[in-house]
Amino acid sequence: MSTTTRQAPALRLRKKSGIRRGEAASGWLFTAPMLILLGLFLVVPVLMALWVSFSDWSGRGSPFAGNVNFIGLKNYSALLSGGGLAEQDFGTALKNNAWYVVLVVPLQTALSLLLAVLVNRQILKGRGFFRTAFYFPSVTSSVAITVLWLFLFNSTGAVNKLLSYIGITGPNWFNDPGGIFHFGAANGPGFLTANTALGVSWWDWLGGPSVAMFAFVLLAIFTTSGTFMLLFIAALQNLGGDVTEAAMMDGANGWQRFWRVTLPQLRPTLFTVLTLGLIGCWQVFDQIYTGTKGAPGKTTLTPAYLSYQAAFNNQEWGQGAAIAFLLFIIIVVFTLLQRWILAERKVSKRRMRLYDIPPSAGSGPSSGASGQTAAAIALTAPLQRKDRP
Amino acid sequence: MSTVVKPAATRSFHRREQLSGRQIASRSVLYAVLVVIAIIYIFPFLIDIATSFKTEPDAASDPLGLIPATFTTAAYQKLFLNSDFPIWFKNSAIVTIVVTLGRVFFNSLAGYALARLHFRGRNLMFAGLIAVMSVPSVVLLIPKFLVINQIGIYDSYAGMIIPLLTDAAGIFIMKNFFESIPVSVEEQARIDGAGTFRVFWSVVLPMARPALVTIIILSFQGSWNELSHFIVSTQSPGLTTLTRASPRSPPVSSARVRSIRSSSRPPRS
Repeated sequence: MSTTTRQAPALRLRKKSGIRRGEAASGWLFTAPMLILLGLFLVVPVLMALWVSFSDWSGRGSPFAGNVNFIGLKNYSALLSGGGLAEQDFGTALKNNAWYVVLVVPLQTALSLLLAVLVNRQILKGRGFFRTAFYFPSVTSSVAITVLWLFLFNSTGAVNKLLSYIGITGPNWFNDPGGIFHFGAANGPGFLTANTALGVSWWDWLGGPSVAMFAFVLLAIFTTSGTFMLLFIAALQNLGGDVTEAAMMDGANGWQRFWRVTLPQLRPTLFTVLTLGLIGCWQVFDQIYTGTKGAPGKTTLTPAYLSYQAAFNNQEWGQGAAIAFLLFIIIVVFTLLQRWILAERKVSKRRMRLYDIPPSAGSGPSSGASGQTAAAIALTAPLQRKDRP
Repeated sequence: MSTVVKPAATRSFHRREQLSGRQIASRSVLYAVLVVIAIIYIFPFLIDIATSFKTEPDAASDPLGLIPATFTTAAYQKLFLNSDFPIWFKNSAIVTIVVTLGRVFFNSLAGYALARLHFRGRNLMFAGLIAVMSVPSVVLLIPKFLVINQIGIYDSYAGMIIPLLTDAAGIFIMKNFFESIPVSVEEQARIDGAGTFRVFWSVVLPMARPALVTIIILSFQGSWNELSHFIVSTQSPGLTTLTRASPRSPPVSSARVRSIRSSSRPPRS
C-alpha cells in the first residue's frame, strides 16, 4: 500500500497505471546483470586503478594491503618532470603517438570520404564489390593485419619489391628508427638538440614519426578507412537530393556542389568520424604489442603500450596506472577541443539562408544499407548522440 | 517546315552524343580509379594466401608473386600437426561463442528494461551507461587485471569470459531498437495476461531480429579479434587464443601461414 501512495504522482502522469504494476522489480532484475558486470569490470577497476596510481604498490598481494602506501602525486610527477627514464619514455611515447594522430586522422578521414563519394554514385556498376573490397581490411583482426604488415614491409618484402620497380630503394621499414622529417640527417642544429621537452629534444619532437611508425600510420589508414567510408555512405544516402538539385539549378558545378552543399550537410558525420578517429588513434596497442613492442629505438612506443609495459613487465604498477589516466585525460581534452572547433557557429542571416538544413540530417540508418553498414551505424549512433546531446 | 525541324533534331542528337562521350570518359576514369584502389585494398590479402603455399626460399625471393613456384602445404601441416593451433582455436571458439550468447541475452534484457520498463533510477542508470561508454578500453587494461586478480578468476575461462559478457554499446543499440517497436503490441500481450519476462521473451525479442543480428555480428567479431583483454586476464599456454598466439618471429616465416592463424612457436607465457 505504501508503495502505491509513494508512486501515486508518477502514476498519475502515466496513463496505464494498472498494467505497470511490478515493473520496478523486473526493471531492476533485468538490468542487474548489466549493473553487476559493468560495475565490477568497469567502474570498480577505474576506482581501484586510481588508488594504485597514487600508491607504491609493486604488484605483490592486494593493493589494499597494509604495506602499500599512499605516495601522492609521485607517480605522476616522475612521468611529467622527473628528469629520469620514466619521463623520457613517456615523452617519447607521446611524441610518437602525437605524430601518429596528426598523420592518421586527417588522411583516414579524407580517404574514407573520397571512397564514399566515389562508391555512392547512382550509376555505378559493381558498387557492392567495391564497397566490400574497401571494407575488407576493416573486419580483419588487428593482430592478423599487423602480422601481414610485418611481412609486406619486410626489407625484402612486397612493398620494397614494388618500390624497386620504380627505382626506389625502400627503407628497412620496421627496423628503421629515423624520423621521416629528419631525411637521414644524424644531428640537427644545436638550439634544437640542446633544448628538451618531457626529456625529448626539440629536434626529435620535430623529426616526425620514425619510418617504423610511419608503416603503422599506413596500416591504420588501410584498416580504418573502410569503416568510416560506410559511415559517410550512410550519411550521403540520407541526404535529400533536393538541395543538390537546387544547387545544380543555380549553376553550381560538381566541385562547388561537393564543397558548398554536400560537405556542410555531412558535418555531423564528419564530427563522428574525426572523434572516433582521434579516440582510436590515441589507443594504439594491439599493433605495437603484436608487431614491434616499441622497437626500434623506442620509436614505436605509445602511451598505451608504455602503460602496459610499465605495469606488467617492469612491475611499476603505480606508474602504469598513472600513464593510463594521463592518456585518458589527453583523449578527453582532445575530444572536447575538437568539439569546440567543429561546433556549429552562429552564422549571419544571409549565410543561414544558404545552409538552412534540418538538424536531423546525417543521423539514423538508411534503409538501403547492408547488414554491415547497419551494424556500423548502429555502433556509432550512440556515440554520435552522446557527443551532441 | 521540314528543313526547320531537321537541323534542330540533328543538333540535339549531336549534343547528346557529345555529352555521353564525355560521360563515358569520366566514367571510365572513375572505374579505373576504383579498380586501382580496390586492388591496393585486396592485393595484400591475396599475397598472404599465396605466400602461405610457397616454400621459404620462394617466399623470400618472390614476395609479390601470386602463384607459388612450387606449391606446398608444409606451412599448414606444421600449423595443424606440430603446433598448439588446435588449443588456440578451441579457446577462441569457446570464448567467442559464450560471449556472443551472453551479450545477446544480457544486452537485450538490459536494453529492454531501459527502453520500456518504468522504474526509479532508470534515467540515472542510462546516464551512467553513457559515461561508462566513453572510457577508452586501453585505459582499463591495468584496472581490469587488478579486479580479475582480486576476485580470483585470473588465468581461467571465467576471467576471460565474464568481463566480456555485456557491453555498453550493445545495450545502447538494443535500447534504441526496442524504443522503435510500437508499445501497442506489448500492451496487447499484457492485457492477455503475460508477465514482464514473458512479454519480453515471446513478444518483443522475436521482433528485434535485425538488432539481434547486429549484436551477434559485433560481439562475434569483437571477441574473436579481442587481444588486450586476454593479455591481462591469462598467462598459461593452455588458455592462449588465436590472437595471442600470433607470432613475433621474423616476418617471412610468420606470413607463411594465413593471417593470424599461424606460428609454430610456442606462445609467450
